[in-house]
Amino acid sequence: MSRVGASGRDLSEVTLEAVQENEVSMADLSIHPDTLEHQANVAETHSNPQLAANFRRAAELTALSDEEVLALYEALRPHRSTGEELNSTARSLEDRGAVLVAALFREAAEVYARRGLLRH
Amino acid sequence: MNAQSVNLDGFAIEDSDLGLIAFNSPADPEPSLVLGSDGKIIEMDSRAAADFDVIDEFIARHGLDLSVVAEAMALSDLAFIRMVVDPNVSRAEVLRLAAGMTPAKLARSLSRLRPIELGMAMTKLRARRTPSNQAHVTNRSDDPLLLAADAATAAAFGFREIETTVPVLGDAPSNAIAVSIGAAVGSRGVLVQCSVEEALELEMGMRGLVSYAETISLYGTEQVFVDGDDTPWSKALLTSAYASRGIKMRVTSGGGSEALMGAAEGRSMFYLEARCVALARAIGSQGVQNGGIDSAAVAGSVPGGVRSLMAENVMVMARNLEACTGNDALMSESDVRRTSRTLPILLAGSDFITSGFGSIQRYDNMFGPSQWNAEDIDDFLVIQRDWGVDGGLRTADERNVAALRRRATDAVRAVYRQLGLADFTDEWVEQAIDAAGSKDVPESDLLTPLVAARIIRETGITMLDVVRALYETGFEIEATRILEMLKARVAGDYLQTAAIFDEAFNVLSLVTDPNDYAGPGSGYFPSADRQIEIDAIRQQKSVADLRAEQAEHKSVAFHSVGQAAVGNDPREVVIGVSPAVGRDIWRTLSGVSVIDALRELLAGLEEEGCIGRVVRVNTTLDLGMIGLSAARLSGSGIGIGLQGKGTALIHRRDLSPLANLELYSVAPSLDTSLYRLLGINAGRHAKGATPEPARNPYSDEAIEARYHTKVVALVDIERQLVDSELGIEELRIQL
Repeated sequence: MSRVGASGRDLSEVTLEAVQENEVSMADLSIHPDTLEHQANVAETHSNPQLAANFRRAAELTALSDEEVLALYEALRPHRSTGEELNSTARSLEDRGAVLVAALFREAAEVYARRGLLRH
Repeated sequence: MNAQSVNLDGFAIEDSDLGLIAFNSPADPEPSLVLGSDGKIIEMDSRAAADFDVIDEFIARHGLDLSVVAEAMALSDLAFIRMVVDPNVSRAEVLRLAAGMTPAKLARSLSRLRPIELGMAMTKLRARRTPSNQAHVTNRSDDPLLLAADAATAAAFGFREIETTVPVLGDAPSNAIAVSIGAAVGSRGVLVQCSVEEALELEMGMRGLVSYAETISLYGTEQVFVDGDDTPWSKALLTSAYASRGIKMRVTSGGGSEALMGAAEGRSMFYLEARCVALARAIGSQGVQNGGIDSAAVAGSVPGGVRSLMAENVMVMARNLEACTGNDALMSESDVRRTSRTLPILLAGSDFITSGFGSIQRYDNMFGPSQWNAEDIDDFLVIQRDWGVDGGLRTADERNVAALRRRATDAVRAVYRQLGLADFTDEWVEQAIDAAGSKDVPESDLLTPLVAARIIRETGITMLDVVRALYETGFEIEATRILEMLKARVAGDYLQTAAIFDEAFNVLSLVTDPNDYAGPGSGYFPSADRQIEIDAIRQQKSVADLRAEQAEHKSVAFHSVGQAAVGNDPREVVIGVSPAVGRDIWRTLSGVSVIDALRELLAGLEEEGCIGRVVRVNTTLDLGMIGLSAARLSGSGIGIGLQGKGTALIHRRDLSPLANLELYSVAPSLDTSLYRLLGINAGRHAKGATPEPARNPYSDEAIEARYHTKVVALVDIERQLVDSELGIEELRIQL
């Protein structure tokens, strides 16, 4: 399982020759969500459920482009988003199956409102 | 005393209002944890949920193991910390309980550990069995060639992580590539990061330009956290973003940073750091870089501050996280003090002893000078050897390093040319290879890295392009090494806690190399090969080395002319030399040749109108007996004894062996004028005149440290030539 990149390509095909022929992309070298789920299980058996939760959020983010991930980070920084924006991002993440990351946005909407960290 | 370097350091009177207090501020909250009827936390550390700041909130929602909080919070501080140091209580059990402790509870408990107990805790609680170390590789001009050469050097010295950064932000992608190439030249499996603003750092990670990240800063008060333009939720997202691309990351915190930014809320540094560490665990970071870091000197300025820095690291370990244990920013001008700050951690062993050993010149360290810098590497290696501990470093052979530096600069030059990033001149390459630091590379030009970095960003160059360029320009080994590092992202094993790669590219982590310390005789011991690396410092010498060194000064001036007879000329003074003089020993400890010493002795005797005669006393290596034997052969009854190492004395035939007339005992300090004076004085003794005894030269240097190993070797050489049958030989010396 852990030999297959996010693109579905097996690592055995990622050779120097293939790189030279421009037949390898960064997606071939990105982690597959199933591998992150496996690593989450390993983290749990090593008494770190928070690390496991992180890997499971990460598994959801594998489906998003670099730009989308960077935009999600930006949206969660202080005073960047209104409560509605955070919640609407959460909804769109849920629609795409990213329920754990969405939960992070819903929590942020609630806590930022109480602590004055929303954009006015 | 005021001139001592420690007095350049700043020391603060404890002031809890300003946060200038290491442990247990009056404003630190009483530990508490109250669960509501729905099982959720309604109070933590004496604060009601409605008043939680963002840090409390995130920890309360995600950070604690609610199934053990009742047990853990009810445990007394002392009962817990005794478990921490008790080898009969497993690491797992300590961690299980710590997972249920609030920041205030863990802070108050661990604040009571004494320094040696902190060391025991560190030995037991750290995640990875095998210790390691991280280097800083930067320079003032972001010179890609020098970065590559220095990264190769750092890898050769054994660093398994290299952190670079930039004086000019725009240069970052160029630095990341240059250091990655250099590291790949030096060794397989060296992780590389480029510390810059969070979003740019992530972007470089996504493009494969770095293989881990560390500069994801956490702070212990909401004010400072938000001033840093982040919240626990944005940091949690960032943490997941790295994992989503298969990239290792850890967060950074450190006591004193809140006081430095004027928003410590009157809390102790250690309590605020306890919040950071609990948050690090809560957001799912696998590790923490702490121990003051940039504010280490703030912690160092208050009573107990240095202990609190180490306690911060132990707290990270107690939270089951990778500990990258500070010792990076220089926290004192005093060599004694900065050694004192680091030594307990080096002895205890840590996932990374330093989170940035400046493997470069101090002036080139763009993080500021480190606690340990290039000029300290020999000291660090010797300290490892002294204590027999593994600080992650090893001796790098000088010729090997020179070859690596050349290959690293050649590789960067080839890649930059191939990718159309830059053309470097031959002069620049040669200067970078030989340079100790950027001051030695006048050819370096500041625009080159900036232009290269802009092209990298604008054309979307990834590490795959670098791999291709390396491969196409004949650097297949480096191409393979960088490609295997990219492929490691797919496996994801190096996302686990405390992961590094060894030189065979095996992942060593909490999972694959768990710390199994359970008291004396257990836990990490260096392998036999690693012990040899630790022990084999470049300065060590054997008797054979010393013998070869002596042989270089061999002279043909000594001729044995048979058994020595008793003389009867009252002007005669006999000089007895030890068995190895003129056979295996040719030079004394002070560097004076034995021929020159004899020449001066004879000249001194001549000045006094005496006649010298030289014999070799083969029967003993004891200088008293040598001098006495010479005196007994001497017409005047006065003899001189001279050992190969240079120690000399005047003797008289009627005295006991140990009761000599004059002794020159500090052989390393004896120069030719003193041997002349000894000759003169022996002559005066022979004539019955009154000599002026020589004053033994005094030195404040560590003479014994410098020469005792040589003395042992020289005495051994003498002992092997002791031969009672050969007796005392008359020598003819051609001066």
